[in-house]
Amino acid sequence: MTSLVARGVGIDRRLQPTDLDVQGGELVALVGPNGGGKTSLLRALARIEAASGVVAIGGEDVDLTPLARRRHLLSFLPASRDVTWPISARDVIALGLDRPDAARIDELIAKFELEKLSDRPVNRLSTGERARVLAARALVGDPKILLLDEPLSNLDPYWVLRFLVIFETAAQSGQAVLVALHDLSLLSHFSRALLIAEGKVQMDETPASLMASERFEEIFRIKAARGGWVISPLAGPRSSP
Amino acid sequence: MKLLLFALLAIGTAAHLLLPWTPLQEAQALNPELADLILIELRLPRTLLVLGYGAVLGISGAALQAMFANPLASPDISGASSGAALGAVVGGYWLGLTQPLLLAACGAIGALGTLALLVALAGRRADTTTLLLAGLAIALAAGAATSLALALAPSPFAFYDAYDWLMGNFADRSLSQAAAGLIPATIAAALLLLRARALDLTALGEDVAASLGLRPRRLAMEVIAFSAVSVGACVSVAGAIGFVGLVAPVFGRQLSRGHPGSAMVPAALIGAILLAAADLVVRAIPLDRPIPVGVVTALFGTPLFVWLVVTMRRRVAA
Repeated sequence: MTSLVARGVGIDRRLQPTDLDVQGGELVALVGPNGGGKTSLLRALARIEAASGVVAIGGEDVDLTPLARRRHLLSFLPASRDVTWPISARDVIALGLDRPDAARIDELIAKFELEKLSDRPVNRLSTGERARVLAARALVGDPKILLLDEPLSNLDPYWVLRFLVIFETAAQSGQAVLVALHDLSLLSHFSRALLIAEGKVQMDETPASLMASERFEEIFRIKAARGGWVISPLAGPRSSP
Repeated sequence: MKLLLFALLAIGTAAHLLLPWTPLQEAQALNPELADLILIELRLPRTLLVLGYGAVLGISGAALQAMFANPLASPDISGASSGAALGAVVGGYWLGLTQPLLLAACGAIGALGTLALLVALAGRRADTTTLLLAGLAIALAAGAATSLALALAPSPFAFYDAYDWLMGNFADRSLSQAAAGLIPATIAAALLLLRARALDLTALGEDVAASLGLRPRRLAMEVIAFSAVSVGACVSVAGAIGFVGLVAPVFGRQLSRGHPGSAMVPAALIGAILLAAADLVVRAIPLDRPIPVGVVTALFGTPLFVWLVVTMRRRVAA
């Protein structure tokens, strides 16, 4: 069973040193207020900037892994959907592979229903369509860990549900999937939820117990009511750190 | 399509080497050795320089565009060419350098200075407006500084002398001058070509590239340094030539299916063809004084540049 072991990962001023263990097969949601550190945690785990600490995947220290091996360990999907260059959707997906593998790319094109878009330049697609292409790029190399920053934003309702199914399938096949998201109604699809605020993992529980707790209400400044959410009476103007 | 490119390059090279045909023919009739002399001592350095400079502009233009993630970045619009010209002028007319290799170094230092200034002012992945304005400001300042350096130069003839080559002139360059420009330029351009795959991957954004184990900051520094050396060395020998470095990568990317790093090779071929054509035009004009090659490339390049800006604006508006 592969696993992600992070020790003391942090980014100056945005993420305090954090320890985290994730097993293969887990589908983990990262939730929290804007600017709380969800993206920073994903970036630190992907070793993007001068992040401190150590991340090991299946026992391999990511920082010491050679370039060619690294894409088998993890892949990172940023929240930005911007692509400057007129590269075809098929070619963008191929960038996620070491060497061209038409069969594997076709598999991903079918999974994300991109058949009609596969030859169109990706910078001319709608944001939601581009989101599907970029997600396919992140998944095509079949890495052990998927680090996905808000993959569900800009998607229509059908595609939100389809993405969740794709994530669940990935987890069932043994991959560990970490997803930052804002829509709390989707938390029931996840096996574990991290609440991140003020540069720190504040809670780490099952989604149900997370949402039921008072800390959750305190940090998010909302509470469940009448099958939806209302602003919590506890909420005052937050003192900024 | 690639075949067509190679065919055009071959035709361009042959035409550049052999045209005008009459002097060669007459020399051949007089003395075959004289014809060889014209071909090897006079024409070959010029042809090599034209092809090499054109290729360098294509490669460095494509690399800079990939790095800035902006199809309007290029050696001229980023101010690198102007900086190289300033460096070569200061080296040649103030420091009194005559050694071609030292002048090439001055050109490279000037180009490096302006590119570093651009990154400091605009940032590495600046939006188009910031990049253009910062590049324009730097190019204007470097141009003014060049004029000042020429006006105040110890030699009263500096201005006239510089006019002869500053905007692009390939006439009467020796083989050793060509080598002084082309050898450092070729090494730097080859180092850029080695980064094609890395630059292709930065198309997905710096964060994705970094998550794959690349170092975007270091890659950017390398692209800037190698572009500066290759462009600076060429400018010091043949002057600053605009628009080829902007236009060649645009067409290069049509052949690389949009990939910004793989576009370097086709952009090199296209740049060489364009510059050979421009120099042929200059040579065909029957005047007793030289027309700068940069004038020809600007005349043909400006409409293309305008077209690029208009299509970009339309895409942003859509």
